[in-house]
Amino acid sequence: MTADHISGQAAWLIRGATVIADPAASDGRLAGPADILISGGSVAAIGPGLSAAGARVIDADGLIALPGLVDLHTHLREPGREDAETVETGTAAAALGGYTAVHAMANTEPVADTAGVVEQVWRLGRVAGHCDVQPVGAVTMGLAGTSLAELGTMADSAARVRLFSDDGRCVSDPLLMRRALEYVKAFDGVIAQHAQDPRLTEGAQLNEGEMSGRLGLAGWPAVAEEAMIARDCLLAAHVDSALHVCHVSTAGSVEIIRWAKSKGWPVTAEVTPHHLLLTDELAENYDPVFKVNPPLRTAADVAELRRALADGTIDCVATDHAPHPVEAKETEWSDAAFGMIGLETALRVVQQAMVDTGLLDWAGVADRMSVRPARIGRLTGHGVLLAVGCPANITLYDPAAPPEAVGYGASKSRNTPFAGMELPGRVVATVLRGSPTVLDGKLA
Amino acid sequence: MKRHLISAADLSRADALLILDTAEELASLADRPIKKLPTLRGRTVVNLFFEDSTRTRISFEAAAKRLSADVINFSAKGSSVAKGESLKDTALTLEAMGADAVVIRHSASGAPHRLAGWVRGSVVNAGDGTHEHPTQALLDAFTIRRRLKGPGGTATRGEGLDGIRVTIVGDVLHSRVARSNVLLLSTLGAEVTLAAPPTLLPLAVGSWPCAVSFDLDSELPKSDVVMMLRVQRERMTAAYFPSIREYSRRYGLDVARMARLPEHAIVMHPGPMNRGVEIAAEVADSARSTIVEQVANGVTTRMAVLYLLLGGTEFPEVTQ
Repeated sequence: MTADHISGQAAWLIRGATVIADPAASDGRLAGPADILISGGSVAAIGPGLSAAGARVIDADGLIALPGLVDLHTHLREPGREDAETVETGTAAAALGGYTAVHAMANTEPVADTAGVVEQVWRLGRVAGHCDVQPVGAVTMGLAGTSLAELGTMADSAARVRLFSDDGRCVSDPLLMRRALEYVKAFDGVIAQHAQDPRLTEGAQLNEGEMSGRLGLAGWPAVAEEAMIARDCLLAAHVDSALHVCHVSTAGSVEIIRWAKSKGWPVTAEVTPHHLLLTDELAENYDPVFKVNPPLRTAADVAELRRALADGTIDCVATDHAPHPVEAKETEWSDAAFGMIGLETALRVVQQAMVDTGLLDWAGVADRMSVRPARIGRLTGHGVLLAVGCPANITLYDPAAPPEAVGYGASKSRNTPFAGMELPGRVVATVLRGSPTVLDGKLA
Repeated sequence: MKRHLISAADLSRADALLILDTAEELASLADRPIKKLPTLRGRTVVNLFFEDSTRTRISFEAAAKRLSADVINFSAKGSSVAKGESLKDTALTLEAMGADAVVIRHSASGAPHRLAGWVRGSVVNAGDGTHEHPTQALLDAFTIRRRLKGPGGTATRGEGLDGIRVTIVGDVLHSRVARSNVLLLSTLGAEVTLAAPPTLLPLAVGSWPCAVSFDLDSELPKSDVVMMLRVQRERMTAAYFPSIREYSRRYGLDVARMARLPEHAIVMHPGPMNRGVEIAAEVADSARSTIVEQVANGVTTRMAVLYLLLGGTEFPEVTQ
């Protein structure tokens, strides 16, 4: 009898991977190469020299086996903007980037502010099957910032929403923010805030600094983000409820979050791959592919964000994958849409910015791109370091793949700032609950 | 010299001097009964104006026509642009019509950069948003050199603006004229000082090749040139300053302030002026004022730019 027969699902044997173990146990060092036997959607065994009759083999010599990546911040655009992305194409891109779960942001059309919409997105994710789709619910009705959406109903729905965000807009009303934070305590919810003071950023186009002054683009001051984060940290402390800070982009924000954490307040934070690698100087030629919200900042900010991700002040990397059709970017800077896609390049960017610079080891990458985002998103079955019995959500990555220019992938949109840039590494395979979604770098 | 003129930073000192010297030669044309040169015969210059600016458009149009170029004026109002056509599609249309040069005025900073990626002809920035207006800076430099460095003609050939102290006053933050002038005048050796309320200066103005002052009165006695910028009333509602009257009191150039200038100093304004706001009528009409001269010099300078971009021989695109 083979493993196939026992599970009713194909058994797989990953041979010779470097398995990321518990960073606490391994002192941050990699454990030696091992085989991983997957059966019935779970990890059946880990160790050297495994064999299983009938199991299909993935040669993982030289590859790192990470727990499947989890993205806290993805715009799948469906329903409403299927010309930019669909759940099908967005999750295909996610799988190719090594993700086994993504959190789908609420700023769709209609807005994901009811149980009906979040359940629709959740079901579309199940149908697509490339990775798990966990919908994020809007905090306020229609993202209008005036009245709370039915947070509890979304939490109780089949989509089991725990993360709520008006992302794209900031819940700027302090009273509404307080109430939202307070209200979601009843079901262990988290408010993910897009921190942007609306008055300080009216018409803003680019980080306020040398570049914005030179290019004559309206400045986007760091303080517009930092002041909002400071307020939200104080509110989270006051009502003792979980705040998650989306896409932290400035050194000052890091300092405030570090301070809030030092107080023991329930605050977590994410940083995007692009804010770990790119600076506002790229706006030089007014190519809107570099236009994003929050804006690209300075080299000093990038350095501090990297340090903060390394020391854990920033908990995780989240892509803020934001697809836009060609015409939304082939225009004047001030008319162009904000946002960049990033699911397919995130891990490679993190290798370049964090691992190859010696700031983070692979155990750290597993922690910041899988374990912690799953924990913040209250996601079960994901973000578990590989061990016997855990769900087989696995990303196989080749860090030694020769740097290759970034091309276009499965996303329906092409607004990647990394196009043509040489990045190291390659996602070789992604396994979702025992079934490969990606093999040899292609959709399985 | 580059193929496009988008930023004053595109110009080296040698490039800028070549333009000014060429403009001096072309200026002699204005005194002839027939003001036309055949230089650009058969070449097409498109004036692509997304923003109303009659004075700048007419200036470019006159410049191109005096060089015998065919001129097409394309105004966004009432055109396909008003119907929602993108800048890219407009660019492709112009490209199909065979424009050798496109002079663009646009309300969005960086629009000329984008255009340059979509057309083969030379792009000349005639003012983009709050970014730059390089031909304005060239005509200002030309005017300063004529007034303060000699009689013009060939006498000032090859001469820069070394040692000349220029104070630019007003809404630097939103001024494309100020940006281009800071870059060009400093390239030509002038010492530039910006005088403005702190709210109307870019935050990182410290990295610009100029000095900064909040106090106009202390700058005037050491200025050879004072250049007043237009201030827009809507800046008041955005809290850049409390009122037009207060702005005028602190940063407006009135007769009393003009008296603080050295004897030889000149007063400039790119136009259109708000008389009684940034500049008093008596100052605008005084002998120090170069405002009308600037307009005349605008045509000559723009002729030089078009001539060098399209007709000169030092450009690979032309020689190949």
